[in-house]
Amino acid sequence: MTSSMPQDKEKGPVGAVLVVGAGIGGMQASLDLAEVGLKVYLLERGPAIGGTMAQLDKTFPTNDCSMCIMSPKLVEVGRHLNIEILTTADIEDISGEPGDFRVKVRQRPRYVNLAACTGCGDCAAACPVSRLDEFNGGLSQRRAVYKAYPQAIPNAYAIEKLGVSPCRNACPINQRAQGYLALVQAGRFADAYRTIKEDNPFPSICGRVCNHRCEDECSRNEGATPVNIMGVKRFVADWWWSQDASVCKPVEPAARPASGKKIAVVGSGPAGLTCALDLVRKGHTVTVFEALPVAGGMMRVGVPEYRLPPEVVQREVNDILAEGVQLELNRRVEDVPALLKQGFDAVFVGIGAHQGSRLPIPGASLPQVTLATDFLAQVSLRGQNGHGSIDVSGKKVLVLGGGNVAIDAAMSCVRLGAAWVGMSCLESRAKMPAHDWEVRDAEEEGIQVFPARTFKEVTQVGGQVSGVRCVQVDLHGFVDGRPDFTEIAGTEEVIPADVVIFAIGQAPQLGQLKDQLETARGWYLKVDPVTLATSLPGIFAGGDVVTGTTFIVDAIAAGHKAAGSIDRYLAGKEMKLEAVHPPVVELEELEVRQRLLSSPALQADRQEMQKRPAAQRRLDFAEVYAGFSEEEARAEAARCLGCGICSECLQCVYACRANAIDHNMPARTLELSVGAIVLSPGLQPMPGDIKPEYGYGVYPNVVTSLEFERMLSASGPFGGVVQRPSDSRHPKKVAWIQCVGSRDERCGQGYCSSVCCMYATKEAVIAREHDPSIQPTIFYMDIRAFGKGFDAYVERAEKEQGVRYERCMVSAVKEVPGSRNLRLIYATFGSDGRPTGHEDEFDLVVLSTGLKPTAEAQETARRLGIDLNEYGFAESPGFHPTASSRPGIYVAGAFSEPKDIPETVIEASCAASFASADLAAGRGTLTRQMVYPAERDVSEEEPRVGVFVCHCGINIGGVVNVPEVVDFARALPNVVYAERNLYTCSQDTQEKITRVIQEQGLNRVVVASCTPRTHEPLFQDTIRQAGLNRYLFELANLREQDSWVHRGSPEVATHKAMQLVAMAVAKARRLRPLQRGTLKVEPSALVIGGGLAGMTAALSIAAQGFAVTLIERQDRLGGNLRHIYTGLEGSDPQALLEDTIRRVSEEPRITVLLESEVVEIKGYVGQFQSTIENRQQARWEVHHGVVIVATGGQEIRPRSYSYGELEQVVTQRELEERIQGDFRQNPANTPESVVMVQCVGSRDEKHPYCSRICCTQAIKNALEIKKLSPRARVTILYRDLRSYGFRERLYRQARQAGVMFLQYDPENKPKVTRNGHGLQVELVIQPEKEKATFPADLIVLSAGIEAEPGNAALSRLLKLPLTAEGFFLEAHVKLRPVDFAADGVFLCGLAHSPRAVDETIAQAQAASVRAVALLAKKELTATPIIASVNPRLCSACGLCVEICPYGARRLEPGMKYAEVIDVLCQGCGACVVACPNKASQQRGFEFLQISAMIDAAVENI
Amino acid sequence: MMRESSFEPRIIAFLCNWCTYTGADLAGTSRLQYPPNVRIIRLMCSGAVDPIYVLKADLAGADGILIGGCHPGDCHYQEGNYKERRRVVALKQILKDAGYDEDRIWIRWISASEGQRFAEAIREITVAMKEKGPNPAKSEWAI
Repeated sequence: MTSSMPQDKEKGPVGAVLVVGAGIGGMQASLDLAEVGLKVYLLERGPAIGGTMAQLDKTFPTNDCSMCIMSPKLVEVGRHLNIEILTTADIEDISGEPGDFRVKVRQRPRYVNLAACTGCGDCAAACPVSRLDEFNGGLSQRRAVYKAYPQAIPNAYAIEKLGVSPCRNACPINQRAQGYLALVQAGRFADAYRTIKEDNPFPSICGRVCNHRCEDECSRNEGATPVNIMGVKRFVADWWWSQDASVCKPVEPAARPASGKKIAVVGSGPAGLTCALDLVRKGHTVTVFEALPVAGGMMRVGVPEYRLPPEVVQREVNDILAEGVQLELNRRVEDVPALLKQGFDAVFVGIGAHQGSRLPIPGASLPQVTLATDFLAQVSLRGQNGHGSIDVSGKKVLVLGGGNVAIDAAMSCVRLGAAWVGMSCLESRAKMPAHDWEVRDAEEEGIQVFPARTFKEVTQVGGQVSGVRCVQVDLHGFVDGRPDFTEIAGTEEVIPADVVIFAIGQAPQLGQLKDQLETARGWYLKVDPVTLATSLPGIFAGGDVVTGTTFIVDAIAAGHKAAGSIDRYLAGKEMKLEAVHPPVVELEELEVRQRLLSSPALQADRQEMQKRPAAQRRLDFAEVYAGFSEEEARAEAARCLGCGICSECLQCVYACRANAIDHNMPARTLELSVGAIVLSPGLQPMPGDIKPEYGYGVYPNVVTSLEFERMLSASGPFGGVVQRPSDSRHPKKVAWIQCVGSRDERCGQGYCSSVCCMYATKEAVIAREHDPSIQPTIFYMDIRAFGKGFDAYVERAEKEQGVRYERCMVSAVKEVPGSRNLRLIYATFGSDGRPTGHEDEFDLVVLSTGLKPTAEAQETARRLGIDLNEYGFAESPGFHPTASSRPGIYVAGAFSEPKDIPETVIEASCAASFASADLAAGRGTLTRQMVYPAERDVSEEEPRVGVFVCHCGINIGGVVNVPEVVDFARALPNVVYAERNLYTCSQDTQEKITRVIQEQGLNRVVVASCTPRTHEPLFQDTIRQAGLNRYLFELANLREQDSWVHRGSPEVATHKAMQLVAMAVAKARRLRPLQRGTLKVEPSALVIGGGLAGMTAALSIAAQGFAVTLIERQDRLGGNLRHIYTGLEGSDPQALLEDTIRRVSEEPRITVLLESEVVEIKGYVGQFQSTIENRQQARWEVHHGVVIVATGGQEIRPRSYSYGELEQVVTQRELEERIQGDFRQNPANTPESVVMVQCVGSRDEKHPYCSRICCTQAIKNALEIKKLSPRARVTILYRDLRSYGFRERLYRQARQAGVMFLQYDPENKPKVTRNGHGLQVELVIQPEKEKATFPADLIVLSAGIEAEPGNAALSRLLKLPLTAEGFFLEAHVKLRPVDFAADGVFLCGLAHSPRAVDETIAQAQAASVRAVALLAKKELTATPIIASVNPRLCSACGLCVEICPYGARRLEPGMKYAEVIDVLCQGCGACVVACPNKASQQRGFEFLQISAMIDAAVENI
Repeated sequence: MMRESSFEPRIIAFLCNWCTYTGADLAGTSRLQYPPNVRIIRLMCSGAVDPIYVLKADLAGADGILIGGCHPGDCHYQEGNYKERRRVVALKQILKDAGYDEDRIWIRWISASEGQRFAEAIREITVAMKEKGPNPAKSEWAI
């Protein structure tokens, strides 16, 4: 692809768009843009696309299953050739200008390779880390490796990992401490052992004597004590070794080809053995040479048995030898370089630092003076041949030194029966190198400590040691390793002793190596710190011989490092690897506290291992510490905070058979070159605790609406059973509290979230569907059902579905102790605002939380340089829907204002239309065409049918016995393959079907799942990808027409499912491949309606290079906009009108026909021919590829309130004209008292819908009057004040300006009466039923909008459906708001439903991009489901010609048989029925195919 | 023929793709419950329902046959439903004349938004066919 290449200015704009946010808006924008020929990058923060809509259970007002309607779109986006999905990605930076932006994108690692992951979920089953599942509103748990939801696209898992945990990072061998703690917590000890062994061949040893730097870095140190990581490790190792061989079977090492290389390892300490093991695992032959008679080095001879029993060392050594390491004991290697000549390809020197040193003081060489190293080795090897230990029994022993080794030596002496043991060292008691607890232990065992002394002489009596003469010192520190101290005069003394042991340091015994290799000061070997290579090629060294005495774990680290270098050295590769530094987790204190609160197990205190009492442990060499019990280990492991989230335990790696997991995946930075950006990052629900008085987070039975949504979902945490979180009881009384975090300046959310009234109603209705005994109550301020069909929905909910609505303010929610029910304290208000208090008890409370932008989206907006409003939204300026403050960047969906799905989809298409217009010249420059494999010729093959039966989660599988259906299908004739899938529409199943088709040689495919209307194209495409003609496919509708409609009778439904499958197979066996014809597209549009919608659509289409005929019935353009004078927030509608008309008249591609109407439309998508007639009866024939219906609507003419009889009674539109004219010119004419009556003509029987705009219009005009005459009294009488979204600001302004708002009841409408010369409005005050009157100089009726009467005629001409109210009915109210079911015809403006100016513009833009997507194609592929004629059977009778409604039949004199004109045939099948000879057949529905279905349908099965 | 109370009639429905089939889907998405006796065969238009299909189903022993199309005037193909209505009238007359039970053949106009109406139609026809008992055609053919 050339996308990353800078664009040449002269080549025009970059033909690519970046869409940010992959919810429904982002998906729609991507599809629209890709369809017009632009390359799309779809960027998503999370691991999957789908956004909030994926979480919804049902959608209002149709109660469609959200996932069902969305899933085909998900798949379409996922499959689209020109949409590149970038998940787990964020924008870093942007440069450039509109048409040529460069965007830096950072893609966080997913740790799962998208290409390899099959979505099987084995990894999640293996993962020990639980997380609250945010997709299910935190009501269930998921694993750290997870898929956001079952239908997720990309259909792949992702690992939630913050980085390397501090414990792992602190460890020299990067031991996965968090990993094995997580596994121990889960009781998975064997898995934990495997995780430990991954990095450490000595778990039992490091579980005992490690200095556990992990614990030093443990986040639990924050205000508490670290996890006893070492203790847990020891438990795991000891548990492992306590099991019988069937459990503690080591993991079979991966097959490794022998390299043929031989390596010698000198020294069998931790460094040597680790190095040997790693090299053996890489396929090399390794021999370890050990000078001593035992292996293990210092682990065996340096650490006393009571700390580390020899058998523990031996078992881990044996494990290493079992993997093929050869060990030669008692083999001291004197000449290391000679090994290279002896046939070894490389040598590792790990001889440790066994050479103790003694002070050069008199008496130091006496026989009773020894070295700690020698002494400890002798003790360890006592009883072994030739190794006796110095006898200290009954003697006084003084150990010189203050470190661990000194303590080890002293304690060993105690156990060997010394009469007295003392220790003396240069350091003060506080600064002794040994741990303080070690010194205390020693003292407990009776060892006397003489700190801060320098030694002058080992005194003797007759050759026998008698003591050590020393002087007390004041130690200032060490300079270059040498002590700097002052002797304290007069403190000289002799500490009596029979035996003296020097424990003042040790060094390697280098021997000849001192001369053969470079050394550091002659003491240690010098190596490259990165590769551990010595000065001689092929010789490597590590451990104490290089570093001096350190810890076992450091030696193990050196072993690993050296093995890596040696392996690369032997392969002739560069030994130095580029260092990778994955991020290390550093938890903030707050985060630590939050995590601690999440589980009581976390808050427990640290446990120590049981220690034997000093009196006992003095007696023998038995282990001092007892290990943890199983319970102790699990409890201790449960204290782990899980810093990194993913514990890196690698269990997922072991489980993944696709090798898809890569824990080292780096983040990547991409630079995208795009011409425009569409920002649609969506929303997040307000947190439930934004109103603490409602008790969310405190009372378990207070949930948020999103949580409730998941509770309703069949795929949710409770499987669709409505139950209380506290006790799983089915709630009866459920309350919804509206406006939680909406319309509430006190919590900073002064806007209306627009969707909550409807979703609460929907949730109440669906809850009752789930459980009819539920009694829902919705506590609200205003019901804002302002969308198409919404009012009818709420009406039904109230009147038919038992939803109670209570207009009130809820002040608090209190839990009832015991029952955990909830008591709502609320106030209702009279029309005059007087409150009445109430209380009521509920089983469950749902908070209808509002919407707000996410912090991440705001950050993205900031990086893109986009201004946000006071609430953090990227609000678009009036009349410029989807515009942002930066040219070339558009904003769609809830990020610009809270909105519902259809509005989001409209805006997405609107933004796409702007981007598409900006980049029109770049169309097609960066896109690719789908290339299908060649179609397989199956004409000679016997039918081989494959049947795929879908569980559809539990949608089908919960009712129909799917395995039985599969078995049944397998036995049907010609069925060679049958299987079942959880979700047949998921991407992995699609891939599987493709594979099965090829493997099984299938030539017909039947999917038994859902309706062909939504899913047939998807499956057809799948089989086409597998080389089959797409018409060799048949769907059996087991969901909509079986499982969903026979839920109560699973057996019968299963039987029916079998028969439906039998019918589908019967047809499939007889299917024949069909070819699609192509159809030229007339590159022009007909726009019907010259109002704002029509003009906007026309301009947009023209701007993208296509001719438009714009027809208007009236004598001028402008429609309703001509009557709007003031806009919201200072926008000027008349300026917009003028500007739009000017642009239309200046646009050469637009032909305007005024006073014209369509009188006839023929043809179909791509090829319409319309006849247009004007008032003067002139006629035009127009050829066009698409139609846009923008016929508008009209203000309802009120038939009440004496409208038309009294001149003081006007409509809002008339008021607006008066304000604009009379009042403005003569402010004195502004009436003193104005009463506005809302819902005049709307929400009544004749117009049972909300006109959406009137509330805003009334407020706007009220404010205008107040502006002209602040003294004027303006009263608005309303039913529900519907100032949705940011219009709420205006409502607040109006109240602040003194406009009175009074609510009236539809049963008691206000009345207009005369009052002397004037008028007054009479209102029944609720709830007291008192009457109040309001004098009125002017009564303004908010009359609402009704459908254009001409719609009926046009709907017949174009065969388009209308709603009962006479508006046009779109293809799908949620996801196809500007399309019709008929191809090539689009809808916008008031013809769709009442809407505001900017909404009209957005919709018109949306319609235009849908139209352009067709026009830009030049050629459409026609359906092949058309008629055909068998010439041999045709008798040329001509009946088909007569019956065809499309003139698609031709039989001219001389022709022997009738012909079908393919492009005209619409495939209705009328001719087939008419044909007496069966010469006519309808492709895809042939006579034999249907007959076979009939036979299968009546057959007894 | 004895009427058994357990008799479950088998009904074959020929539904047009645009209206009635979609209406049947809507009954599903609305979770409306109706008797499981119907087997649906989707055709593009009710006008494509060949009388031979109806006859075949009847003679093969279907106890009831439903033809479903768009409301008059709503046909996606202009007037396919009108054509079908005329044919069905004729077919029923022929069946009647031939001594067959023409009341086993039903025709209903059900739009895409009338899931409820579809469910009702199935309930209605199922009850009626239960009342009527099994289609004798099948056993007669078996002779």
